[in-house]
Amino acid sequence: MSEPIIRIEGLTKRFGAVSAVDKVDLEVARGELFALLGGSGCGKTTLLRLLAGFETPDSGRLLIDGHDMTGVPPHLRPINMMFQSYSLFPHMTVAENVGYGLRREGVAKTETATRVAQALEQVKLSDFATRRPAQLSGGQRQRVALARALVKRPKLLLLDEPLAALDRKLREGTRFELVRLQAELGLTFVMVTHDQEEAMSMASRMAVMEAGRVVQVGSPHEVYERPTSRFVADFIGIANILAAPDGRWLALRPEKIVLSAAPPDTAHTAAGRIVDIAYEGGRSLYRVALDDGHVMTAATANVARIPDISFRRGESVWLGWAEDAGHLLDE
Amino acid sequence: MIGRARFAFTMLGFGYAFLYLPLVLVMFYSFNESRLVTVWGGFSTKWWSTLFANEAMLSAAWLSLRIAAVSATLAAIIGLAAGYALARARAFPGRSLFGSLVIAPMVMPEVVMGISMLLLFVGAERLFGGPDRGFLTITLAHVTFSISFVAIVVQARLADFDRSLEEAAMDLGATPWVTFLTVTLPLIAPAVGSGWLLAFTLSLDDLILTQFVAGAQSQTLPMRVYSSVRLGVDPQINVLATVVVMVAACALILSGWLTRRKA
Repeated sequence: MSEPIIRIEGLTKRFGAVSAVDKVDLEVARGELFALLGGSGCGKTTLLRLLAGFETPDSGRLLIDGHDMTGVPPHLRPINMMFQSYSLFPHMTVAENVGYGLRREGVAKTETATRVAQALEQVKLSDFATRRPAQLSGGQRQRVALARALVKRPKLLLLDEPLAALDRKLREGTRFELVRLQAELGLTFVMVTHDQEEAMSMASRMAVMEAGRVVQVGSPHEVYERPTSRFVADFIGIANILAAPDGRWLALRPEKIVLSAAPPDTAHTAAGRIVDIAYEGGRSLYRVALDDGHVMTAATANVARIPDISFRRGESVWLGWAEDAGHLLDE
Repeated sequence: MIGRARFAFTMLGFGYAFLYLPLVLVMFYSFNESRLVTVWGGFSTKWWSTLFANEAMLSAAWLSLRIAAVSATLAAIIGLAAGYALARARAFPGRSLFGSLVIAPMVMPEVVMGISMLLLFVGAERLFGGPDRGFLTITLAHVTFSISFVAIVVQARLADFDRSLEEAAMDLGATPWVTFLTVTLPLIAPAVGSGWLLAFTLSLDDLILTQFVAGAQSQTLPMRVYSSVRLGVDPQINVLATVVVMVAACALILSGWLTRRKA
């Protein structure tokens, strides 16, 4: 394998007594769409700002493309960032915003003009070149910010909550658009998000962070199906955490559980009563209180428009799951 | 409800009458025909032409305008630096002391500032043989108290400035200095401009401090007015007051407009 584009070694950043980023080791390979996922205050944004150079680490090293970037100021790093609030310059037109980075590089005027035009075409904003950011919609602003970062042809693009400021419908479209662009340009993207669905659907690999530490790194599939800790199992999707016989814990996803009126023919079964139903369109979630007092969540896929059987709240049901349905946690 | 509204408007009327009736009177009497300042003798613009032919008055006004322009410009530059530092410098020992020191000249009695300035300039003259008291010393004195006003306006503007704009500029390859020139400064320019106008008007009508540091040869407009009033006034003074009020009002309106205009 070639040299990773990002190599982070024992990176630590403290704010007062709090370690926002705590001895993080991480590698990101060239061409990946890598997501940093975690709740607010987990250190994901600080880690991104350390990458961009807006924060200086207290200890540890940061290598980009094999070069030590630990003490290098932001304007000398071969990285560009798309800010959460886009941070477009309000006193410049769209074209001036996009051309800003090229002017700083000293790119010739004619070349700047062509590259700006290309970048605007890439994000389908060619007709908006002379507008000011204030005259654009949220989605258009997001695309200007993207064009402004991409026009510099960085080795690495950082995206800080790229979809957070968009409304839901636009977010889904933009999600695919970003993934397509990343694949087409063959760039490495590192994005920060608090939205696990966003991370799962976009990333080729992701790191789950908690309290300044990276708790698990892997593909979305790995992280979902083989979480290493109760925190990850609980943070990504819904998990039933059961006590395994050997004193360890077992994470069981709701959709791996069958729900039936009669005792099912599975390796494990449990009887209980439905206490809550959440209909989500594509699936329904049932919270079932077991006879031993535990509450488990099971999901059914709503494959038929009018189901043969439907369960009601308060009804007695059976839960069943296969031997290999759950995943044993390390801790 | 109506009674309450009427009461409020009456109060407002009294307030504004108290503030502006004297000014309105002055403007009104600037068109007086009579030689006496307070006796109405019919409408005339003759005192306007008299004033604009008054060499001494005009040269004093010209000096005041030059001093105001130069001192406001210097104050804008130094005040911008001070305001930027106060808004941006991280916590350092004595930071709040520095904050207070910038504001101090605003509340310091001008007599005290005048004496200290005079001592400074006399001392400097003894040591270095200069500067001669006049344009330069008056300008320097005005700069010292105007800095505070510019610094405060700039600091307030920077307090709600979105710093991610500066980060974006640096991320795109701008050095801190280029970032300041291409992003920060254009965006806070209205605040700096409004600070400049404040400094300009403050300098234009300063009398007390100016009297301490002015030389025998240099008479600013307020000084000339003050001395002519003591010798007995004619309606020229009303005309002059009207002109000064107009200039100051324009400056203040422009300054307010600049402050309100975002980016």
